[in-house]
Amino acid sequence: MRCTFQILSLALASVLAPAARADDAVINLYSARHYPTDEALYSDFTKATGIKINRVDSDDAGIIARLKAEGSASPADVILLVDAARLWKGEVDGMFLPVKSKTLENAIPSQLRSKPADDGSTAWFGLSTRARVVVYDKLKVKREDVDTYEELADPKNKGKLCIRSGSHPYNLSLFGAMTEHLGPTATEAWLKGMVDNMAHAPKGGDTDQIKAVASGECGIAVTNTYYLARLMRSTNPADKAVTERVGVVFPNQQSWGTHVNVAGGAVARYSKNQANAVKFLEYLVSPEAQNHFANGNNEWPVVKGLKLDNPALKAMTGGNFKSELVPISAVGMNQIKVQQMLDRVGFK
Amino acid sequence: MVSSYRLLFRCVLVMLALLLALPVLTVLFSWAQWNGASANILAEMSATVLPDYVGTSLLLCVLVSVGVVSMGTVSAAAVTLFDFPMRRSLEWALLLPLAMPAYVVAYAYTDYLQFSGPLQTALRSAFGLEGRVFPEVRNVWGAACVFTLALYPYVYLLARTALSERANHLMEAARLLGAPLSRRILRVALPLARPAIAAGTALALMETLADFGVSSYFGIQTFTAGIYKAWLVMDNRIAAAQLATLLLVVVVVLLAAEQRAQSRLRFASARVDRHGSESQPMRLHGLAAVLAWVLCVLPVLCGFVLPVLFMLRALLQGDGMVALPWARFVQWSITSLSLGGITALLAVSAALLLAAQARLQPSWLTRQVKGVVSLGYAVPGAVIVVGLLLPVGWVQATWPQSGVGYWLTATVLGLVWAYLVRFVAVALQSVQSGYARVPTSLDDSARMLGTSGLSLVRRVHWPLLKKPLAAAGLLVLVDVMKELPATLVLRPFNTDTLAVMAYQLARDERLGEAALPSLALVLVGLLPVILLSKTLRRG
Repeated sequence: MRCTFQILSLALASVLAPAARADDAVINLYSARHYPTDEALYSDFTKATGIKINRVDSDDAGIIARLKAEGSASPADVILLVDAARLWKGEVDGMFLPVKSKTLENAIPSQLRSKPADDGSTAWFGLSTRARVVVYDKLKVKREDVDTYEELADPKNKGKLCIRSGSHPYNLSLFGAMTEHLGPTATEAWLKGMVDNMAHAPKGGDTDQIKAVASGECGIAVTNTYYLARLMRSTNPADKAVTERVGVVFPNQQSWGTHVNVAGGAVARYSKNQANAVKFLEYLVSPEAQNHFANGNNEWPVVKGLKLDNPALKAMTGGNFKSELVPISAVGMNQIKVQQMLDRVGFK
Repeated sequence: MVSSYRLLFRCVLVMLALLLALPVLTVLFSWAQWNGASANILAEMSATVLPDYVGTSLLLCVLVSVGVVSMGTVSAAAVTLFDFPMRRSLEWALLLPLAMPAYVVAYAYTDYLQFSGPLQTALRSAFGLEGRVFPEVRNVWGAACVFTLALYPYVYLLARTALSERANHLMEAARLLGAPLSRRILRVALPLARPAIAAGTALALMETLADFGVSSYFGIQTFTAGIYKAWLVMDNRIAAAQLATLLLVVVVVLLAAEQRAQSRLRFASARVDRHGSESQPMRLHGLAAVLAWVLCVLPVLCGFVLPVLFMLRALLQGDGMVALPWARFVQWSITSLSLGGITALLAVSAALLLAAQARLQPSWLTRQVKGVVSLGYAVPGAVIVVGLLLPVGWVQATWPQSGVGYWLTATVLGLVWAYLVRFVAVALQSVQSGYARVPTSLDDSARMLGTSGLSLVRRVHWPLLKKPLAAAGLLVLVDVMKELPATLVLRPFNTDTLAVMAYQLARDERLGEAALPSLALVLVGLLPVILLSKTLRRG
């Protein structure tokens, strides 16, 4: 009993001790990135600069709720989120501290960071991108039948489509962008068409959809590129077999381009280590870090002109592809509208 | 002297209730913040998806209650009333699924049984079949199975405790009076276990209603999925909270029904069977023994052994594996255990305080307090988080110098608070069903002998409640270790738990790798489960 008590009190002491507050050699990071390969990214930064990283990994919504409650007492310095609409939302809600950094501005194309404020400062910066592409069963589906997003709703693809829940941020952003291209009425009809084409009600994640195509359960699926790239680079024979059976299309190359989502970062509104926070964001656009996004998690770097040595990404695109240019704020603003359309057409 | 004690007791009680009820009250308060945007969202939702959500949740609840009542009661009755081969081992093995989070069971089964999973693929290639071999796992029926397998131990645990204390004794008496076996079970044993079965089922249903992990993975549209949608997608916390209130109404009804069922039961006898009393469980032979054995092995097999095997398979077949830092598994386990331990101690203390107060000075106040505290368990973790963060955010904004917002998340205070809001109900159910079996005549005798108040609790109740209290603590410990939404949002820097790691990997669709922290979670969770079983046996 006494032993238990000692263990408990020790444990209590260890978990009760709050993290260091303002300190020169520390940044406090709230991250929604859920990629275990990122560990190296953080430890390399600490190795290079001596700045220690305290980290909480959560999901986008959880981070925003937490920041709101903490208010001016928040210990957060840097925030990393993994969806364009959430980045926009964080900016609108005033969670970010706009900063000026020549390094970041020069490295990141302007459509992949927030619109500069009047004083030239920027609220958030895109750090890596991922495309939302179509995979299809090479045995049963013709490539030309699925090379646009619009065709996913075409009756010729009836009973073939597999897709994760419409309410998932990755889909909401795709549908939000479609609303910009097609207008709300046509988008709702498009969503309805997809529902009619589904092989079964949405369930599981993107990887599940790819595997479902490979096993013949569905003919067509929608996925983020890094899930596909991971399967392509896997040494597991079962994964290899999956990627051999499926083909990949970057849709709408002849029109507005493929939908691209962005993961990015910002300095927290009440950061007490602003200089270090900016230093960390600048590190994330350095060639080493950008290469890490490309190799570790199979994302595209935001910095142009970097040599990309990821065979899977290269194989997928054959070099380059055309990505759409829709303002991220528009995608963010469409979110509620899109969800209500989904509810009306029965897209689960 | 006595009255000042009472006053103090009452103050502590009210403070405790306020603390535990704050997030739930915030949720209720949302109706006062009625505005156009939230009304619009609710109107849209009720015109389109809400009826469907309600229907699905109701169906799920009905299926899960049938499942947990039958599985939990049958297995509890089998191991307490009868004797058959391996009974002793099965007695504790039946608790093993407690260590499995429902979402882990869901991942494991889906991975193995789905269309593209190994079983169907192998069957298709072996017999040259085309298309689907098995029905789809990921639907309401599949979810009901997963919840039944993950949650039946609540019913089993509480029912077994109730039965083992005196059922054999009374069954023996009934036998001597000439009652046939079926009548002895239905008229003697089951009524004894009824409060426990009701309490266990209430817990299982509340957990089902609060779930998001399983339902979102299975793509089934439950009411809680609707709450999440209103909060995360529509970005309207008020609409989300208003929906959550409706969920609370259902739970209030559920709890009231349970209270009614229990209030009609009074145990007049002070006799509690001691271990090794003259009446022994009935020995079964032949077919009956096989049947009992099968009925007890099935839940263990499907709820524990198979999912663990599926996970091991995924782990061994997984590719290259992300280099997981092995040394940190120890740290994650310690964090999981210590968070659970701290919460368990606090939750049991709070539950004892509440239950004792309700017993000694039953009043309108105590009943309401108990009711409000019980609600927390059914509220989805994320709603609790919002309910807790909103008022704290308000205090922080009003008095920026207080630093409340900082202390809440930079230390474990906020997290333990959220755990208590959710899990004091678990402890309370266990302690209350323990109290229900301590005859009130004992209190009367003690009072006549001049013992009352705290000393009555200490000298009379405490010795009789040790088992339910230990059970309550261990249940909370296991529950905390499996908890996700609050842990994900409220934990301090650099304090990852096994559940968080398992979730992060699963969220990244690395089920093979997620198997490792999941298995570790199950392994660490076994410790309290085995302790639990020992506590119950020692008596």
